[in-house]
Amino acid sequence: MDNFLGQFGPATVGGLAIGSIYALVALGYTMVYGVLRLINFAHSEVFTIGGFAAVGVFLMVGVSAPVGGFALIGLLLLTVLVAMAASGGTALLLEQVAYRPLRKHGSSRLAALISAIGASLFLQELIKLVIIPHVFGQSNGAIQLQNMPRVIDKTPLFSIGNAPIRLDHVIIVVAAVIMMVLLDRLVNGTRVGRGIRATAQDPEAAVLMGVNIDKVVRTTFLLGGAMAGVAGVLYLLYFENLDYRVGFVVGIKAFTAAVLGGIGNLRGALLGGFVLGLVESWSSIFLGAEWSEVTAFVVLVLVLMFRPTGILGESLQRARA
Amino acid sequence: MTGNKSPLRRAFAPIGAFNDKMRDWWEGANLWVRWAVYLLLIIFALTLLPSPQFATFMMPGSDWVSTLIHPIGTFILLAIGLNVVVGQAGLLDLGYVAFFAIGGYSLAYFGTKYGWNFWATVVVGILLTGVSGIILGAPTLRLRGDYLAIVTLGFGEIVRITANNTDEIGGARGITGVPHPTLPGVEFTLRDAAPYYYLMVGAIVLVIILSRRVEKSRVGRAWAAIREDEDAAELMGVPTFKFKLLAFAMGAVIGGFGGAIWASKVSFIEPGNFPFILSATILAAVVLGGSGNLPGVIVGAFLIAWLPERLRFINEYRILIFGAALVLMMAFRPEGLLPSRRRRAELAEGTGGMGSMGAEVATQTTVEPSEVSK
Amino acid sequence: MAALRPKITRLTGVLATGMALSLALAGCAGNSSDGGGGTGGNASSIKIGFMGDLTGENSGIVIPPLNGAILAFEEYNAKNPKVKIDFNKDLHYDSQGKSDIAPNLVTKAISQDKVTGLIGPAFSGESKSVGKQLDENKIPSVSPSATNPGLAQNGWKYWHRVVANDNDQGPGIADFMMRAKSPKKVLVVSDDQEYSIGLAEALAKAFKDKGTTVETDKFSKDSPNYNPTANKATAFQPDLIAFGGYYAQGGKLLKQLRDAGVKAPFVTGDGSLDAGLVSGAGAQNAEGAVIGCPCKIPFGSVTGPLKDFKDKYKARFNTDPQIYAAEGYDAATAFIKAVEAGKTSGDDINEFLKTLSFEGVSKPIKFKDNGEPQANSIFVYQVKAGQIGLLGDSTQAKLEG
Repeated sequence: MDNFLGQFGPATVGGLAIGSIYALVALGYTMVYGVLRLINFAHSEVFTIGGFAAVGVFLMVGVSAPVGGFALIGLLLLTVLVAMAASGGTALLLEQVAYRPLRKHGSSRLAALISAIGASLFLQELIKLVIIPHVFGQSNGAIQLQNMPRVIDKTPLFSIGNAPIRLDHVIIVVAAVIMMVLLDRLVNGTRVGRGIRATAQDPEAAVLMGVNIDKVVRTTFLLGGAMAGVAGVLYLLYFENLDYRVGFVVGIKAFTAAVLGGIGNLRGALLGGFVLGLVESWSSIFLGAEWSEVTAFVVLVLVLMFRPTGILGESLQRARA
Repeated sequence: MTGNKSPLRRAFAPIGAFNDKMRDWWEGANLWVRWAVYLLLIIFALTLLPSPQFATFMMPGSDWVSTLIHPIGTFILLAIGLNVVVGQAGLLDLGYVAFFAIGGYSLAYFGTKYGWNFWATVVVGILLTGVSGIILGAPTLRLRGDYLAIVTLGFGEIVRITANNTDEIGGARGITGVPHPTLPGVEFTLRDAAPYYYLMVGAIVLVIILSRRVEKSRVGRAWAAIREDEDAAELMGVPTFKFKLLAFAMGAVIGGFGGAIWASKVSFIEPGNFPFILSATILAAVVLGGSGNLPGVIVGAFLIAWLPERLRFINEYRILIFGAALVLMMAFRPEGLLPSRRRRAELAEGTGGMGSMGAEVATQTTVEPSEVSK
Repeated sequence: MAALRPKITRLTGVLATGMALSLALAGCAGNSSDGGGGTGGNASSIKIGFMGDLTGENSGIVIPPLNGAILAFEEYNAKNPKVKIDFNKDLHYDSQGKSDIAPNLVTKAISQDKVTGLIGPAFSGESKSVGKQLDENKIPSVSPSATNPGLAQNGWKYWHRVVANDNDQGPGIADFMMRAKSPKKVLVVSDDQEYSIGLAEALAKAFKDKGTTVETDKFSKDSPNYNPTANKATAFQPDLIAFGGYYAQGGKLLKQLRDAGVKAPFVTGDGSLDAGLVSGAGAQNAEGAVIGCPCKIPFGSVTGPLKDFKDKYKARFNTDPQIYAAEGYDAATAFIKAVEAGKTSGDDINEFLKTLSFEGVSKPIKFKDNGEPQANSIFVYQVKAGQIGLLGDSTQAKLEG
């Protein structure tokens, strides 16, 4: 029990931080699913690209030591914007190349899923074979990005109980919540958002009402991608490592989080992310970290069995309720 | 149907036309012609296919007969099994590799720990996978398609991680010395791949017969009904849950059978053999070949297993190309290389816009007249 | 489609016919049955293969030994010997470390390429899956880098390696750390990969034998989040953290430990002996980390034969020799010595290896009956100012700082 109390505080902080990242990635899955009924399997690579874009900014700006104050705020804003653009752009391209043709031909969702898996593999290998060696100039088979710059000071700011809180913890959780609120306002409070919700509810009726579906789909991918880009930056700040496959595990967890909270539901994604992060983190204390993925999936199965629509219920159109 | 405009789509037209011609000929063919074809195919598989003349072209970088057993043979077995679940019953399974693993581990565990006879262990392994299919299916098959996908994905990972963390079955070390099969007069050794090859061909033929018989039976028709419209099927009195469970169990059994044969060939089994990407690859094989159509599925599995091994000279780029090929294939020929007519008709019923992607795996209920008439 | 339903009994009849036919024609397929054993006694060249992960994730620790072997064979062939050794690119089998693909490649190596010997397999998993196959076909193999202790216990007569196994590495590292830091509480960490678990178990046992309190932890390699381990370390407050595993995970772990405020010294094994450990953790976090290895890598300034090797390697491959490069060179040299002694068949070479004894670049090479090397010395390295430097033999070296 001593053991448990000693670890509970830090585990909670860590769980919230990783949960925030899951939540931001989950938003992309949930929005695309809500509109297209498609598991955008390549979304995990959209996230990875965001991380790589962030490293690119750090290297370009030439940060070599932790910065603070306004310099940090400026740097983070710049990084987030670039990463959002990179990830959003990738997501748009993905939509254009891997999903649009299928949509136009009325393909089955199974075909779309296969296309998504193909795109996911393609992007992973592209990062491994082209981006890491040629953009970041790393030679012979280094799959992990080497010599990651540290931009943020990681000495604890203060402690709650026995849990030291670092600046990166604060930034991650706050950023995730802010992005979440912004997206929520966008989807529920603007014309663009109304189009998205209408399409999610009934695409045919939406068309009749003058909604440009292609545009809605593009917007959805762009928004989801941008969120994944932010998640990529936060991931990088937190773990300071990147390789071409980081997206896979984060992606699966994030999709689980989306289903957990109720797929298609934006607030559900946030809740699902936090729940998953905490469950994983806490369960590791008792069972050992090697079982954390099993725990996550078992929780998912249990939730689906007893509450098949997720914790907050599904569907984008009812997100406001 | 929309979409015959793009040139790349047209590039596939000859395949489609050839496929249609062959099918027409096949349907009009005499019984004895069909038997002759079956016989020729089997003889081809047993003699010409593994011959050294073929090998130099087919597999310069590795051993052809061994490659025919694994990955080609195993992939074909698994694809036939997954086709029951995905192609026939229309259920999306992203964790199919779990059954492959359970089958392989059953053989390895009981064979090395208790020294059980190969064939007895295969039977036990098949039963175990069938049971695990039901255990997984019972709580999850009531879920909608996509949830099923993610839950099965989770199941695949759970099985792999559990195997990795359980010392009783070797943990991450795996199990060495998995027993070889025993047959009077045939010696299965590591020196000679040929007996395994014949065993694999036998297993594939067996599974094809099984799958074909079931497809043509009441069960197969129930699956088709579920795939096309589950609600309508339920209304028409098809106990959909029971049949979905049956599809799951049957797919599992075939996967387990494949796992057992594979494990006895490689004689060493470790959790790392069962990554998620293998499930995705088998699914890709099924869809690429033509989900629901046995010859298509077999061709798809063959290509997916063979090409990456054959293209070893482009080494590191093979997965990149594989990924791009999947995307292109789905864009220009989503029904697969050799689709069944019925599946293609189902796909053609899609609304062309959002609808079909927004709908379940299979879309509409209308069936081609020729299908109805039989 | 089919209007008529074939009877299952008939189809099985067909199957039986096919089977019978196949047995008659089985010769066609049985192309892999003629076994190895190598070419005849007076061949003008023999083939030696190499197997390991050449393009996959861990190719970083397989390319150096391959290069070492290439260097050795090129030097040998340049001397225009009576029997040359063919080690061309087609004989470098890329298993990608996959234990299910490796047997196919070995079958090809034996039946088509007719190799006489094999350097590798590089890793323990693939070694397990092909060891018996090599043995039955009488192909001697020398692995430059597979360190799993169990490999020597399979009774394989044609199997050898030129590195000490993890059961030597564990106590070697533990002894050294006990002398250097005399810890009371040790946290032994591993991920869920085979190599990692094996080494961590050896470490845990060695530290327990020394009378320290040992706590263990295990994490999943695919998870990016090693914080649970860091939390455990915070709660347990060990005097030393010992990690068994590869540098890819080791670097991340070390970084997350230090970020969580865990200051205990960090020690790890051969899989982490790579600059990737330092760059993965960050130079500051990695400072002072100790790495043990049964291998001797010419980091920094070296003297004697090791310097010669380093210069030649650098001249040939335009990079410093990395992990197991010297071992690859020694494994190749073992085969060269056999051929120089006039042994050209698998059996003869294998017999010769039993009596072989020479001063290798990495260590004196002499095999025990079970294929293990006689010399099982462990070398320790330490990260200083962001660079890994060799401290020396674990029984004599002194820790600085």
